[in-house]
Amino acid sequence: MSDQQKQLVVIGNGMAPGRMLEELFEREPASYSVTIFNAEPRVNYNRLMLSPVLSGEKTYADIITHDDDWYAANGVTLHKGDAIEAIDRDRRCVVSRSGIELNYDKLVVATGSSPIVIPIPGVDLNGVYTYRDLDDVQRMVDVCAGGGSAVVIGGGLLGLEAAAGLRERGMTVTVLHLMPTLMERQLDPAAADILKRAFEDRGVNIITEANSREITGSQGQVAGVLLDNGTEIPCEMVVMAVGIRPSKRLADDCGIATERGIVVGDNMTTSDPDIYALGECVEHRGACYGLVAPLYEMAKVIAENLTGACASFTGAVNATKLKVTGIDLYSAGDFADGEDREEIVLRDATAGVYKRLVIKNDVIIGVVLYGDTTDGPWFFDLLKKGTDVSEMRETLIFGQAYQGDGAADPLSAVAALPDDAEICGCNGICKSKITGKITELGLSSVDDVRAHTKASASCGTCTGLVEQLLALTLGDSFEPSAATPMCSCTSLEHGDVRRLIKAKELKSIPEVMQALEWKTSAGCAKCRPALNYYLIADWPDEYADDYQSRFINERAHANIQKDGTYSIVPRMWGGQTSAKELRAIADAVEKYDIPTVKVTGGQRIDMLGIKKEDLPSVWADLGEAGFVSGHAYAKGLRTVKTCVGTDWCRFGTQDSTGLGVRIEKFMWGSWTPAKVKMAVSGCPRNCAEATCKDVGVICVDSGFEIHFAGAAGLDIKGTEVLGLVETEEQAIEHIVAIVQMYREQGYYLERIYKWARRIGYDEVRQQVLHDAEKRKAYYDRFVLSQRYAQVDPWQERVRGKHEYEFAPLAKLDQVVAI
Amino acid sequence: MNGESIVWIDIGALSDIPPSGARCVEIDDRTIAVFRDRDDRVYALEDKCPHSQGPLSQGIVHDGCVTCPLHNWVISLASGKAQGADSGSTQTFRVEAKDGRLLLEAGAFS
Ligand code: SRM
Ligand SMILES: Cc1cc2nc3c(=O)[nH]c(=O)nc-3n(C[C@H](O)[C@H](O)[C@H](O)COP(=O)(O)OP(=O)(O)OC[C@H]3O[C@@H](n4cnc5c(N)ncnc54)[C@H](O)[C@@H]3O)c2cc1C
Ligand code: SF4
Ligand code: FES
Repeated sequence: MSDQQKQLVVIGNGMAPGRMLEELFEREPASYSVTIFNAEPRVNYNRLMLSPVLSGEKTYADIITHDDDWYAANGVTLHKGDAIEAIDRDRRCVVSRSGIELNYDKLVVATGSSPIVIPIPGVDLNGVYTYRDLDDVQRMVDVCAGGGSAVVIGGGLLGLEAAAGLRERGMTVTVLHLMPTLMERQLDPAAADILKRAFEDRGVNIITEANSREITGSQGQVAGVLLDNGTEIPCEMVVMAVGIRPSKRLADDCGIATERGIVVGDNMTTSDPDIYALGECVEHRGACYGLVAPLYEMAKVIAENLTGACASFTGAVNATKLKVTGIDLYSAGDFADGEDREEIVLRDATAGVYKRLVIKNDVIIGVVLYGDTTDGPWFFDLLKKGTDVSEMRETLIFGQAYQGDGAADPLSAVAALPDDAEICGCNGICKSKITGKITELGLSSVDDVRAHTKASASCGTCTGLVEQLLALTLGDSFEPSAATPMCSCTSLEHGDVRRLIKAKELKSIPEVMQALEWKTSAGCAKCRPALNYYLIADWPDEYADDYQSRFINERAHANIQKDGTYSIVPRMWGGQTSAKELRAIADAVEKYDIPTVKVTGGQRIDMLGIKKEDLPSVWADLGEAGFVSGHAYAKGLRTVKTCVGTDWCRFGTQDSTGLGVRIEKFMWGSWTPAKVKMAVSGCPRNCAEATCKDVGVICVDSGFEIHFAGAAGLDIKGTEVLGLVETEEQAIEHIVAIVQMYREQGYYLERIYKWARRIGYDEVRQQVLHDAEKRKAYYDRFVLSQRYAQVDPWQERVRGKHEYEFAPLAKLDQVVAI
Repeated sequence: MNGESIVWIDIGALSDIPPSGARCVEIDDRTIAVFRDRDDRVYALEDKCPHSQGPLSQGIVHDGCVTCPLHNWVISLASGKAQGADSGSTQTFRVEAKDGRLLLEAGAFS
């Protein structure tokens, strides 16, 4: 050590100072005598690689970055396991726990950060860990040896890596995440949903919107985690990975300026010009960093400044990658929706790929990649440089390989495929077979190609590729198919979407959007309500209704009026009412000052002009008289009109009122593609107007004539006759079967008469009247769906469901200025 | 209050609004609709559609816009402007989500 050598002391031996010293020694190996104090009892290792150590894929030895030889070779003194307890700025020295006092000329504080522990009861129990260093990993691995269950609190980057590692070690793992979607700071909801399923596929249980209330224990040992909603998840181990907090205590104690972290300027010095701060403990221009890339930039700046240069750190944007084997995820920048932003989305369902670029003023501002992250760094580079991407827009999403000479054509990706590339996976059809048939037979449409090669005839997801092959082969003479897509978010028609939801067993809106390669990340006001209906109809016992994808009437269970008030129509089964019901309506009208009461065209009573806030109380009052919602707002069963039938009428042949009431009581609550109205008339005089309804019954002496596919609204059309049945039971079975068939096949907003015309009236007769087995199967599926649908939505809301829907967030006289 | 400094009013918690949903803040006979999108960004607009004063708070939220429940105009949440072929605009207010609380500019109440 020469006399000119100045003393450089470093507190903390993490990744950032490791890099700083490398940069320093590269520039001026002999300018400082370097001493490092580290709380951890070991050399420097790659903290990023702790997860592979946890999962067993790597060992500690594999992840060491600077071994003892390195310190020796560079003349660095490392005090392992000896934390600095104080900085004495007056005497320019540091004091360590073991009592060493050492003077410095320059000091670097690189104490990193510490995991946040949420202060709920039970955090002190044995078996509660954080996830930060090798000791934490060692403790977790020890518990894993005994098997059992682990709960990870926090569904961010660290929590998910821990969960994957613990699962690899054979634990049963549950991740509890407070927010509705995983990694919400790095991922958009679409990618978060794919990620969630990838974790569930490997057996990790994920609960979102889970608020942990308490860690339960017995005899000082963790026994489980109790959630706010009362659920308890038993476990032997709890890992808290809810975030980090910069370690700034040393700085606070010696009077250096701190905020969230230790405050530094662009030259990386703290408020004391001889003291630098580096790494996760730093706050620079209001930002704290938790990823290594920006820390390495800081490291370089300090190394330069230590050698007399005047470099500056000006902040950084971060890119995140999740390091779980088999899951490729990359995100950077800002990817929130906004009207000033455009998005480009690419989904390749077969390959499990989702890519989304968010663009503002022709510059990429956000990137989310799932499945194929190879272009992440390239997109990130364009983002950081603010490159104008308007020139390469068409091919941008395909990545760097498609840029440059002659390749700026979206068809080139398909043109570049080799002849034997498989286009249709279901039917094993390759590119040359399709292009060959197109030329040979002069095919000009996707339907033609389907008919002659079977390509795209099964699951249909290669339709786009087939169209591109047609366009390539036929050039300008190709006219894209006249198929009318559901909306501009997809090129698929309603029918394709319905077929694929069943075929691919898609069970949530994000899943549909991924598997069917939606062009937007979250759909629009046209496709979302349709998808929500299809999923309810197809998976009644599994799908969770997405209320934000419903129109307001179905969300509020009342009809919105032009002045923003609502109207409600309670059920009057088959059009019958009673003194008690009428009195309850009269009372409610007076009590809530309801301005209009009207008898509807559907044999019941409408109360109009109710304030939204009053709805739950009005329903509560009506509920006491036995009223349930009449679904006058729903794409669902509305009314079953009846006439008085044999009860009173001198012409009546059957109990038309009774049958109408039976049908309504059996079928109410069911959701359908569009509204469904029915009627039962007691004789062919047809006082209930059954022959212009979606489904109608005309009673005759010999039984019940069942009608369907009538219309008397925008269109007028008499019904078709399905056939004659003898008993009420048979009538009900046939009616239910028609409606269920329509529920399974109809397009959203398509009334029964349009659906039946599309598929053919005879097809309906064939399946419902002539095929007893099919009829029974439809009937059974309807009965199953009713188990979940036949719940009075009004009483549910009286009991508090969706309370937020009916009350204002605030009234000014209740708010407090802060 | 000068033009630079904004007085914020705490109007509730972010979690009081469902993602892709809206809630209302009432002041005398005016209503301000506060929207939360699926990325937890928040917006505040007068609860009146430029077309025919439909309550925008009751619409479906998508792509940084809300579709009016009455006649399906699409209104930008950030600018309050009608999208597509329609024209007109609704007044917007500043609102922020900070530490889980919703802060609305007090100017909205004047
Ligand atoms: C209240 C009522 C009028 C009345 O005062 O009698 C009514 C009121 C409305 N009808 Fe109707 N229709 C009413 C009976 C009818 C009938 C007659 C019937 O049901 O026997 C028809 C013809 C049959 C039919 O359904 O086609 C009828 C054909 C329509 C149509 C055209 C539907 C079609 O596909 O052709 C619409 C528009 C639509 O649904 O898109 C419509 C839409 C509406 C809406 C929901 C308009 C809207 O979207 O806001 C009105 C809601 C008022 C409210 O807020 O309560 N209403 N509407 C009737 C309620 C019946 C009930 O008790 O539920
Ligand atoms: C499991 C895991 C996975 C990660 N994955 C990624 C990733 O994929 N990508 C990414 O960019 N980042 C990742 N990170 C974050 C990254 O590891 C950190 O940003 C980086 O290590 C921070 O470096 P640092 O030098 O500031 O602090 P650290 O590496 O935390 O080092 C600080 C050191 O200072 C010591 N110390 C603290 N106080 C004192 C004291 N008073 N005296 C002496 N010594 C003290 C500590 O014991 C510690 O050893 C991950 C982190 C973890 C825990
Ligand atoms: S016409 Fe027929 S159905 Fe109508 S009331 Fe008279 S008997 Fe009954
Ligand atoms: S009032 Fe909004 S679209 Fe008509």
